[in-house]
Amino acid sequence: MSVIPIEYYLILSAFMFVVGVIGVFIRRNAIVVFMCIELMLNSANLALVTFSSYIGNPVGQVFVFFVMTVAAAEAAVGLAIIIAIFRNKQTVNIDEINIFKW
Amino acid sequence: MIKYIYLAVLFPLIGFLINGFFGRKIKSELTIGIIGSSTVGIAFLISLLAFVQTIQFPVEQRTNTVELFTWLSANGLNIKFAYLVDQLSLTMSLIVTGVGFLIHVYSIGYMHGDKGFWRFFAYLNLFIFAMMNLILGDNFVVLFLGWEGVGLCSYLLIGFWYDRKFEKGTTADAAKKAFIVNRIGDFGFLLGLFLIYQTFDSLNFQDVFSKAQTFLINENTFNLIALFLFIGATGKSAQIPLYIWLPDAMAGPTPVSALIHAATMVTAGVYMVSRASILFASAPTVMMIIAVVGLLTAFLAATIGLVQNDIKKVLAYSTISQLGYMFLASGVGAFSSSIFHVMTHAFFKALLFLGAGSVIHAMHEEQNIQNYGGLKNYMPKTYFTFLIAALAIAGFPGFSGFFSKDEILWYAYVNGGFIFWFGGAVTAMLTAFYIFRLFALTFLGNERFDHHKYHPHESPSVMTIPLIILAILSILGGYVGIPEIFSDQEGNLFKNWLEPVYKSAEEKLLTSSFHSHFEEVLLMLISVLLALCAIYIAIYVYTKNIFVIDKLKKRFVKVYNLLFNKYYVDEIYDSIIVRPIKIVSEKILWKFTDSIIIDGMVNGVAEIVNIFSEKIRRIQNGLVQFYALIMGVGIVLILFWIIVNL
Amino acid sequence: MNFTILIFGILSLIAVVSSVLMITRKNAVISALFLIINFFALAGLYLLLNAQFIAVAQVIVYAGAIMVLFLFVIMLLKTENEPLIFSQNKLLKNFAILIGILIFVQFAYLIFYAKPSNSLIQNEVQSVKIGTIQTIGRELYTNYFIPFEIAGFLLLAATIGAIILAKKKFE
Repeated sequence: MSVIPIEYYLILSAFMFVVGVIGVFIRRNAIVVFMCIELMLNSANLALVTFSSYIGNPVGQVFVFFVMTVAAAEAAVGLAIIIAIFRNKQTVNIDEINIFKW
Repeated sequence: MIKYIYLAVLFPLIGFLINGFFGRKIKSELTIGIIGSSTVGIAFLISLLAFVQTIQFPVEQRTNTVELFTWLSANGLNIKFAYLVDQLSLTMSLIVTGVGFLIHVYSIGYMHGDKGFWRFFAYLNLFIFAMMNLILGDNFVVLFLGWEGVGLCSYLLIGFWYDRKFEKGTTADAAKKAFIVNRIGDFGFLLGLFLIYQTFDSLNFQDVFSKAQTFLINENTFNLIALFLFIGATGKSAQIPLYIWLPDAMAGPTPVSALIHAATMVTAGVYMVSRASILFASAPTVMMIIAVVGLLTAFLAATIGLVQNDIKKVLAYSTISQLGYMFLASGVGAFSSSIFHVMTHAFFKALLFLGAGSVIHAMHEEQNIQNYGGLKNYMPKTYFTFLIAALAIAGFPGFSGFFSKDEILWYAYVNGGFIFWFGGAVTAMLTAFYIFRLFALTFLGNERFDHHKYHPHESPSVMTIPLIILAILSILGGYVGIPEIFSDQEGNLFKNWLEPVYKSAEEKLLTSSFHSHFEEVLLMLISVLLALCAIYIAIYVYTKNIFVIDKLKKRFVKVYNLLFNKYYVDEIYDSIIVRPIKIVSEKILWKFTDSIIIDGMVNGVAEIVNIFSEKIRRIQNGLVQFYALIMGVGIVLILFWIIVNL
Repeated sequence: MNFTILIFGILSLIAVVSSVLMITRKNAVISALFLIINFFALAGLYLLLNAQFIAVAQVIVYAGAIMVLFLFVIMLLKTENEPLIFSQNKLLKNFAILIGILIFVQFAYLIFYAKPSNSLIQNEVQSVKIGTIQTIGRELYTNYFIPFEIAGFLLLAATIGAIILAKKKFE
């Protein structure tokens, strides 16, 4: 009944992923960079759910479940790190956090 | 039990691991000593059981192989870690573990109170482990493993008292000398192995030996292989020209001298020649060289032994001389006689060294025999056992040395010729003389030591019991090899037992010249008479009439100095080999090749890398996003590559 | 039929627009709000794919929990509106966008090259069945039991780690 070809979903997923990638590359605010990473994870989730639904195998959705778990853990720890950095440097601007230098 | 022969190798290793890793923690010397000795004792029992089992087999089933695992495998080269249990290896392992066990027990008493007690036992056990690998190995590689292992242990044990003075340097110098001289021999041995592999395409004993019998191979190849192997043997078994390390090896504790530098390790070369008998039998030129080198070594070492004053030095030169005998026997094709002499020599030479150790122990580390004298009243057990050993080495009829030495002399006469017999007999006389000189100066005559300084006393029974056992063996050990003329039906038991191992070699040598029993008895009588005269003269001169010696010394002062300074061999080696090498090393290899060329290259490369990295490190700008961008570029390139390859 | 496509069109348009707006807003709070919109659109798309459980989880976990966490942190840190929201280096910025576009083009090329719709046509009944919480729950508690437990531990560790990191001082 559904006539939406799988390519539509995949292109949408790819587009969102690339938007996330560009965001990671160019945004200066560490929190926004973080949100871009969430966006990338979600685009991957979309691809997983799409394939799961089209192939007819629930494993893809189980995987999405795990991705969400990891994303939650990552958000918790990552934001804690950002808070710690902010406490030390008084900024979340990535350009100014460049101690890993030659 | 044959299947479990590897346990005989494993137990000493376990002992080494326990004493080596935890010995420092174990406070009780007795515990360490028991661990060290019992593991060797168990190894001896296992060997004995394997021996008993083997002797019940019919002759053709007495050679067994115990495979443990594949050690190396690389394109055609397939080295198995396997043990060969046959007549020869069983005989050797019985000698090594048996004498080794007694010396371990003796060491408990001798090393009492030494701060390195645990280290000593760990090294000794490691030595037994390596030696068993050498003996039992089923191929040249396992043999080589043991060969190097015993060299290492020898080095460690010579330098055991690394902080003590020894002659002009320290014991560490002596240890280094032993190691480096051995290395020269090992290099030859290794070349021999390469050549064997190239020629026979295998390193397994049975493969190589059967191919050596059947393949049509140039005699020159055989000569070269045998020569290289013999060079290895000269290093390990202290033959001319590489014998110089053994006298210095006396820097180690006396039980070490007894175990490693008299009874077992130094006979490794004899064993190896014996094991590869077919290869040597196929190389008549090298056989001749071996016989000549053996005879020369025996003779020259005996002459040096005549005038030495250090009790252990005399015994060291005696060892070199006796090893010369063994090579003389191998060189004339009497392989079983040489192993027979290995066995009897292990008994009486270990006994001599342990007796000497007992004396040194009693005399508070004094080693100069001129400062001994009349010790028989103080240490009767040592005196008596030492006497037995001296009689055995002098070839007194009925003692073990008599049987083995006369067998060698007989074969030297039959297969070599009158010259070899004569040289051997004269050496036997010299042997009898120097050993009884030593004996007389130590135990008989006036007490020349300072009574306030020295209080000689008999050693504890943990030391004397091994002496007594070895004394019994020194007497009885010879009766397994009674010559055929004295035992009508059975023939020479020891020879018959080892016969199958040398069958192919003896077929190749084909010595069937007829000699009457009369000749044999005559020669035997002559050599015995010579020995008896020497014994009598030595005792008479050194107890009653010592000024005769002083007169002789003055008369032949040049000869005396030549002998006393050991023919100046060390000095000659030093000036023609060691010093040129040092000069070349310093001037050319160090100052030019190393400092300028190699360092220049290495530093130059580093400099170039440095210049580039100065530029490139700017990429590390610390901006995470820049790194991510580079990663993105990578992803683009990978995807591009995938698309292109679709 | 057309209705489905219509819904897909609307939802995907929302997702695309909200994601682009998210990375171009100066204010981080607004960015976060756009991301939430994006997540809701995704939840709708999941429903369209008959993945009910994931759709619900998406709303609860992402839009509900994670984004709230983000908003809290943004407000906690009081990051002011910065005049320069992108990296200063213009060249680098353009290059980054170029790389992103290149990746997208390559993805798209690969997707159309593979033409998965030739072999994969959604089976409505099947996809409804696998999307239920029952199927996923069974899968989680049987085949993926150990990963499931490990995920639990991961969350515990993350909780503790976050507390340790965000604490004011290390004792």
